Amino acid sequence: MAELTLPAHSKIREGKRWPAPAGAKRVKTFKVYRWSPDDGENPRVDYYPIDLDKCGPMVLDAIIKIKNEVDPTLTFRRSCREGICGSCAMNIDGTNTLACTKAIEDIDGEVKIYPLPHMPVVKDLVPDLSVPYAQLSSIEPWMKSHSPAPSRERLQSPEDREKLDGLYECILCFCCQTSCPSYWWNGDRYLGPAILLQAYRWIADSRDEATGERLDALEDPFRLYRCHTIMNCTRTCPKGLNPAKAIAEIKRLMVARR
Amino acid sequence: MAAIKGDAYKIVDHEYDVLVIGAGGAGLRATFGMAEKGLKTACITKVFPTRSHTVAAQGGISAALGNMGEDDWRYHMYDTVKGSDWLGDQDAIEYMVREAIPAIIELEHYGVPFSRTPEGKIYQRAFGGMTTRFGEGQAYRTCAAADRTGHAILHTLYQQSLKHDAEFFIEYFAIDLLMDDDGACVGAMAWNLDDGTLHRFRAQMTVLATGGYGRAYFSCTSAHTCTGDGGGMAIRAGLPLQDMEFVQFHPTGIYGAGCLITEGVRGEGGILRNKDGERFMERYAPSAKDLASRDVVSRSMTIEIREGRGVGEHADHIHLDLTHLDPNLIHQRLPGIAESAKIFAGVDVTKQPIPVLPTVHYNMGGIPTNYRAEVLNPTADDPDRVVPGLMAIGEAACVSVHGANRLGSNSLLDLVVFGRAAAIRAAEVVKPGSAHKKISEEKTDAILGRLDGLRYAKGETPTATLRGKMQRVMQNNCAVFRTGEVLDEGVKLLDDIYAQRGDIGVSDRSMVWNSDLVETLELENLLPQAVVTMRSAANRQESRGAHAREDFAERDDKDWMKHTVMSMNVDSGETQIGYRPVHLYTLTSDIEPIPPKKRVY
Repeated sequence: MAELTLPAHSKIREGKRWPAPAGAKRVKTFKVYRWSPDDGENPRVDYYPIDLDKCGPMVLDAIIKIKNEVDPTLTFRRSCREGICGSCAMNIDGTNTLACTKAIEDIDGEVKIYPLPHMPVVKDLVPDLSVPYAQLSSIEPWMKSHSPAPSRERLQSPEDREKLDGLYECILCFCCQTSCPSYWWNGDRYLGPAILLQAYRWIADSRDEATGERLDALEDPFRLYRCHTIMNCTRTCPKGLNPAKAIAEIKRLMVARR
Repeated sequence: MAAIKGDAYKIVDHEYDVLVIGAGGAGLRATFGMAEKGLKTACITKVFPTRSHTVAAQGGISAALGNMGEDDWRYHMYDTVKGSDWLGDQDAIEYMVREAIPAIIELEHYGVPFSRTPEGKIYQRAFGGMTTRFGEGQAYRTCAAADRTGHAILHTLYQQSLKHDAEFFIEYFAIDLLMDDDGACVGAMAWNLDDGTLHRFRAQMTVLATGGYGRAYFSCTSAHTCTGDGGGMAIRAGLPLQDMEFVQFHPTGIYGAGCLITEGVRGEGGILRNKDGERFMERYAPSAKDLASRDVVSRSMTIEIREGRGVGEHADHIHLDLTHLDPNLIHQRLPGIAESAKIFAGVDVTKQPIPVLPTVHYNMGGIPTNYRAEVLNPTADDPDRVVPGLMAIGEAACVSVHGANRLGSNSLLDLVVFGRAAAIRAAEVVKPGSAHKKISEEKTDAILGRLDGLRYAKGETPTATLRGKMQRVMQNNCAVFRTGEVLDEGVKLLDDIYAQRGDIGVSDRSMVWNSDLVETLELENLLPQAVVTMRSAANRQESRGAHAREDFAERDDKDWMKHTVMSMNVDSGETQIGYRPVHLYTLTSDIEPIPPKKRVY
């Protein structure tokens, strides 16, 4: 029989409410998902009131402030803090995005922070991304060329190069991947928007000579065709890319070559 | 099993021909290069490879391809030696600028999405200090993928690594090198953050590709993860670090946020202006103007601010003006910084200038190596003595190709050229499958003991507090301009902070993804390097490249044309200083050594 509630061990309980900072005039509460693999406890949400007058503008500034000054056990990935490394992808205020480029002032009320959805959690805001990484590897994302390499660079016209714009900029944050309901249900077999965008990046490259081989590998009811143009991917991409369009292009090429 | 204070740590053993620590540009290039050569290769990295800070490089990678006008590797060599203020080793510089050309062609063949000229060649832009005909004209030498060149290259190198048979250990934190009694490196210990297990890697050759230590400073363009872990491990292994006083301030970090705005903005025509709207660089560098070398531009901006001509409410920064540039050019060549300026400064670059400030960006200093990437532990008799089994590449290393000041776009070049050089050299000296030396249990236990001690540290000072203190002292006492008095004060303040290590407190006791403990281990790596940086700076009584002493305003080639090498006893905090001669000879007879002269732009 269908289970319509979360299993007992997955129910999120209310966690610790940290005290409000003394003397603060502008306080915003950050409600942050916590889970540790060590203690056998259910996940919980901790409440951290933060003085915005003593905090940088981005959500990442706030969670770093929490880690530095309130609770050093709070665990999350971060690195470049400028939206290029893709480490700090998380679900903020209901949307997958990068904590480092998400301004606190753009969020009304309390700031709810959860890990990227539908991925196994390693700890707190750190999801296990090993499946999408393996899927990336599976599409063989490297230049394939059968003709001998020239002694200088391969020539590529500016027009052909422009076809890579909107594709090569992907930072593999997997905001799109983990926002896709099709990927939630069939993540083991559907490649998902991030990986299909990567696949199309090579198909679109005039220097790559393996388009047929690449399309063959995608011609599958699950790997490609589990995309049902829900478009969450494009809506959520923190870099403004359009994975849905890349997937549509692949589908178009599949039809065109029949 | 090793039992430390009653807590048993399970250790997983691994054996490889080569072990690369770090998966940025240099580490990845070395990793797949070694795998390609038939060596059993492991790469351990604390972040997934494409999160490494190479990803944030923007402007480009230099090579005298001559796609946009005349060029020659000899011009590139001259510029790099001059940029280094004659502290760079000229044999290594010759190697780098000559190898640049095949290295970039190779990157293109791997699939890097370089921007293109109308003829379809790799697009090249102007960059600071890059000239033609030994200083006469402006060179167009910096190969670019819009303003996301580092991202394009790092992702491509990771893709190549997937193609080859290298094994990655991702989100493993390297704790320490394993050194044998003869001073050779035989591998490293690492901690798997994902499941909390400890791993002992044995390797014939270990390669440190761990990046710079920008986070020793309060404000830097560097990522949070730029904590110089390789330098920390080297110093704990008793090895010296070289030229640590030379810290590059990038002229254009975003005011407040510190995020990088590429020099490519000025290469494409952007102009620095003071509060009067004046293009002040004309006064400091009449010929190169805004495209003078980074140290020169950062000092000029600092003087403008000091003399009251800064912009903003507190007159404490400078404007970078792009408003006169064609919006199409910005869209095509500089889309990334337009996005960053919008997000982090709230500025529309087609209409408003970007508020910028010189910001810590790059460490010219690091682990001394020769141009084959082998780590050096100099003695008085042999300044080029090689440490068996150990290499260093990329920002972690000091080859030294950047000397006292690195030219923009020579860093990505350094990564791929010396990553490749490490693979070439490893293939020469490592016999695949040869037997590994035994590692004594005491050595393993000592490393575990340090880890365990920090894991259960119960002091009163949280890691972040001590780190913040260190960062502020570095920021205040070891900045763009330096004096003996301020540096000496910095030495004392850092000694106090170093002593407070004993009072550190860690809150998270877990072994799974304990980022509190990771940050503490990182601080343990940063702190000795901060101390060595400050002491090396206080010791060098001259001005050269990025090291500008107001009390010794001139370069002094007679007494100071030499590399600083400093080692440290991490228990006592005592340091020992020595020197290595600069290599003023070239690698081949294709070019004469470039004799020192006054450095004017």
